[in-house]
Amino acid sequence: MYAQLVETGSKRLKTKEEMSPQEREFQEKVDAEIKIEAKNWMPEGYRKTLVRQISQHAHSEVVGMLPEGNWVTRAPTLKRKLQLMAKIQDEAGHGLYLYSAMETLGADRDEEIEKLHQGKAKYSSIFNYPTLNWADMGAVGWLVDGAAIVNQVVLQRTSYGPYSRAMVRICKEESFHQRQGYQILLDLMREGTDEQKAMVQDAINRLWWPSLMMFGPHDDESPNSQQSLAWKIKRKGNDELRQMFIDQTVPQLEFLGCTAPDPDLKWNEETGHYDFGEINWQEFYDVLKGNGPCNRERINTRKKAIDEGRWVREAAVAYAKKQKQRTQAA
Amino acid sequence: MTQAEALQEYLLRLADSDMILGQRLCELCGKAPALEEELALMNVALDLVGQARNWYEYAAELIDDGGDADKLAFRRDAHNYRNLLLTEQPNEDYAVTMGRQFFFDAWHYLTLNSLVDSSNERVAGIAAKALKEATYHLRRSSEWIKRLGDGTEESHRRMQDAVDILWRFTGELITPNDTDHIMAEAGIGPEPDQLASNWREMVNEVLTQATLTPGADDAWMYMGGKHGEHTEHLGFILAEMQFLQRAYPDATTW
Repeated sequence: MYAQLVETGSKRLKTKEEMSPQEREFQEKVDAEIKIEAKNWMPEGYRKTLVRQISQHAHSEVVGMLPEGNWVTRAPTLKRKLQLMAKIQDEAGHGLYLYSAMETLGADRDEEIEKLHQGKAKYSSIFNYPTLNWADMGAVGWLVDGAAIVNQVVLQRTSYGPYSRAMVRICKEESFHQRQGYQILLDLMREGTDEQKAMVQDAINRLWWPSLMMFGPHDDESPNSQQSLAWKIKRKGNDELRQMFIDQTVPQLEFLGCTAPDPDLKWNEETGHYDFGEINWQEFYDVLKGNGPCNRERINTRKKAIDEGRWVREAAVAYAKKQKQRTQAA
Repeated sequence: MTQAEALQEYLLRLADSDMILGQRLCELCGKAPALEEELALMNVALDLVGQARNWYEYAAELIDDGGDADKLAFRRDAHNYRNLLLTEQPNEDYAVTMGRQFFFDAWHYLTLNSLVDSSNERVAGIAAKALKEATYHLRRSSEWIKRLGDGTEESHRRMQDAVDILWRFTGELITPNDTDHIMAEAGIGPEPDQLASNWREMVNEVLTQATLTPGADDAWMYMGGKHGEHTEHLGFILAEMQFLQRAYPDATTW
């Protein structure tokens, strides 16, 4: 995921004539689908946009561990516990992998994490919602990872080489998470008690709309999208991706025997797509600004971990230094 | 105690110790001092819970009361748990977390290293797989003990405090009870004296390299986990870990 709202620094696209020769050469390369690599020249806006997007994506992986951490100590069976632990471990791995991709652009991991803790950097708004019952672990896998995959499959073709390659690897693991999440829900709906089935519907009711918000504002409300599309950092618009997600998800919802909390959701024979109701954009912008149910808790938890771990990291550095001196002295 | 009863006790000790330590590590999700540690802690936890499942499955077959591994993990109360007291101690700071891990890993590695030659083939098979993982765990926690012990002034103080706090739970690792003697005599489990001296040697070596002082040889030791008498912590661990199975006893699938 999670190019929800990434500032590009430009409100209007430059024409070819307005570009410098370097910029023009860069744009021609992008247009020809030639990947940009770390050592290549790139416009400053392109570099900054990528740093923002990749760091936002990495922060999302790391913050995204928290709503799952909320249930990993309470997973109901050994199998489910092991699955959830493996998923969380994958997410930490994705975070590391993405921070590395970001660092190829000259950005510093610690500095970007500091921006997150100061509330200056974003992460996917979905993780500011609480996970309130066990079925949320299924619904997060199915809906949240599902929405992320729709975004990320397209990002495998993003113009920046290291990011594109990170996406290829991450997509494979997330598809697995999504199937696993869906299976949790399916098992509960097929063999569960009435109380367990109610958990599933409750989880879907709470996570449905926030999942749709993961694709970001309408394209006409998203001034940065045009530049990101021209640079091929983004490959498809927010609305198109959201529609793809809805179209693939609704049949799965019906197969579960559950409903979405959207009275306007229905198949449109003419367009060949599902129609759906309007997203509560006020809520979207509120959560983005820090006023979601768990924004404070999520950031505080991350900040506390890094602050309280400072002495540990300092010790590791000091020890490595001593070891180096010992090796040199020997 | 018959040999069959002793084997059940012993399997539950292995399973419960893995499970409870894995649970403690799960509590640290999102709270590790660095992202690399986040990955490593969850990795170790995953190994431990995976091993617990293998031991539970074998134990459930032997107990043969219609229950399975999940029933053993999620439906037994504290007094039926057989984990070492060390594993249920709280995470506190990272020095305590790594100190607990190191003392456990040294015991775990040495135990598994002996169990791979067990006269019980099933035990030997499970141990062989687990030993590879435990070898990595021990290497990792030994390195951390050295980093923290011989790092900065603060880390040294914290690490020494952790050793002092945890030392009273180490006696249980190497003090045999009836179960240990029966297992050793049957050629199933390790020879207790050998295990104890190897553990002391290994721990002393790492602590010395880490510029840390081990506890006194004659220090008072807190024991009881092996026969189900636990510290106050275990009840709370189980209340959290077993919540869903307890709250929805009619559920047959998850």
